[in-house]
Amino acid sequence: MDSALIIEKSIFIVVIFAVTMLMAMYSTWAERKVAAFLQDRVGPNRAGWGGLLQPLADGLKLFAKEEFEPNTPNKFLFFVGPGVAMATALITSAVIPWGDKLEIFGRTVILQATDIDVSLLYIFGVISVGVYGIMIGGWASNNKFSLMGAVRAASQMVSYEVAMGLSIIALLMMSGSLSLRAITEQQHGMDWNVFYQPVGFLIFLICAFAETNRTPFDLAECESELIGGYHTEYSSMKMGFYLFAEYANMFISSTILAVLYFGGYNYPGMDWVGIHWGTNIATLIGIAVLFVKICAFIFFYMWVRWTIPRFRYDQLMNLGWKILIPLSIINIMITGICILAFK
Amino acid sequence: MATSIQNISLSGKKKQVSHKEMTFWERLYLVAIIKGLLITIKHFFRRKATIHYPEQVREFSPVYRGKHTLKRDEQGRENCTACGLCALTCPAEAITMKAAERKPGEEHLYREEKYAEIYEINMLRCIFCGLCEEACPKDAIYMTISKELVPAQYDREDFIYGKDKLVMPLEVAMANTKNLN
Ligand code: SF4
Ligand code: SF4
Repeated sequence: MDSALIIEKSIFIVVIFAVTMLMAMYSTWAERKVAAFLQDRVGPNRAGWGGLLQPLADGLKLFAKEEFEPNTPNKFLFFVGPGVAMATALITSAVIPWGDKLEIFGRTVILQATDIDVSLLYIFGVISVGVYGIMIGGWASNNKFSLMGAVRAASQMVSYEVAMGLSIIALLMMSGSLSLRAITEQQHGMDWNVFYQPVGFLIFLICAFAETNRTPFDLAECESELIGGYHTEYSSMKMGFYLFAEYANMFISSTILAVLYFGGYNYPGMDWVGIHWGTNIATLIGIAVLFVKICAFIFFYMWVRWTIPRFRYDQLMNLGWKILIPLSIINIMITGICILAFK
Repeated sequence: MATSIQNISLSGKKKQVSHKEMTFWERLYLVAIIKGLLITIKHFFRRKATIHYPEQVREFSPVYRGKHTLKRDEQGRENCTACGLCALTCPAEAITMKAAERKPGEEHLYREEKYAEIYEINMLRCIFCGLCEEACPKDAIYMTISKELVPAQYDREDFIYGKDKLVMPLEVAMANTKNLN
């Protein structure tokens, strides 16, 4: 491995980190704006133009807040919880192909931190570790509400991960590869997976809502019953970490949705652009297209949040075990039959 | 026909509750979600109801109880005689005052022989009930004429309004007198 590669990757990783942070920050702003607009209000508009500096003000406020620690025997775990949540939210971005390749100074730069063969498995692994952040934090808080939130989060994640995995299997049967880059390249142009796997996409979408703890599946936080759920006892920047991790998670899961089902950086007419305007331009447009798709999904997350009320706990479990899992198994069978029949 | 209680609908909106089985599409829930999403997205583009307060002020009703004003009469003299009735009637005990005697040569400043040297209302205590206005025998305190709200402040001290903020400015009194004539 030559040193140029290491420098290139380091720069790329820092950029991704910064972009993820920025997206998470501005998701909080967007969330408040979208909520306001859907409710006929205008939302934050005092800090900066259109309230654009609001995330900074929020961050500053969280930094300045008093750090409160509950009387818990698990001081260390209380401290570790938000860290785990944040770390797992950030490291998934390593395997996502953000764009095709760029040619800078005669080098071909692949816009992906690392292209491991099992990137999908890696993402699933990391996401399942993510629930530990919530569980550890909720348990170490020494508070009944936090514990309930943590227990709910854990059982919800476990049940929805099954359906999510099964819906992905149908996709894998088509793609034949676990590498996200390979999956993206198969969806060249307009050949997106969502057209072949509409049911799989729907299941994956619903599970993604559950995995990111967003309404209508936000039973782990559930302000009206559990105060704040697992982060009831948290304050100051630890609280900030949890909230930040949540928004980073939303960004990452939107990215995964866009990459797996909506063609990632592919867009119709990309070959024409590549031939006439050069690879670099085509790639840059590709990155922009990917971000448009991601933002559209983030907006969809928010739109749903401010439309649908929260599920009841038994409804949530019913939906997961009795509907989504059988449905995804049927989906796998139908996909198998179609592959046999048409290939 | 005998009208039983079941058939009466005072609001005209009475509906029989139905316990019919949900159809497949209703049970699927997705259709309902999409309908809901369409409703909320319509609101996204709707005109916003917000009034951007400090820049944009809503029209006050003629009887709106806003910031207090200590009135001056047609000759620009303060009406208040520091009788203390407003302080006595105030349920929130927001008003304090200190009376002083009018000196010769101050007749153009104060209408009565006794006047309020210090007159303070603590706006954090005030509940804007308007009882002070009702109690005043000298027509001195009004909440309707300032057409102003008490704005937010960072310090508690700033909410204690003295005579500098409460007494009606002389120019306003002069303008009022001009309008009378
Ligand atoms: S409005 Fe009511 S509460 Fe306020 S100062 Fe007058 S009497 Fe007291
Ligand atoms: S404002 Fe009216 S009631 Fe209050 S002290 Fe002055 S004259 Fe008396």
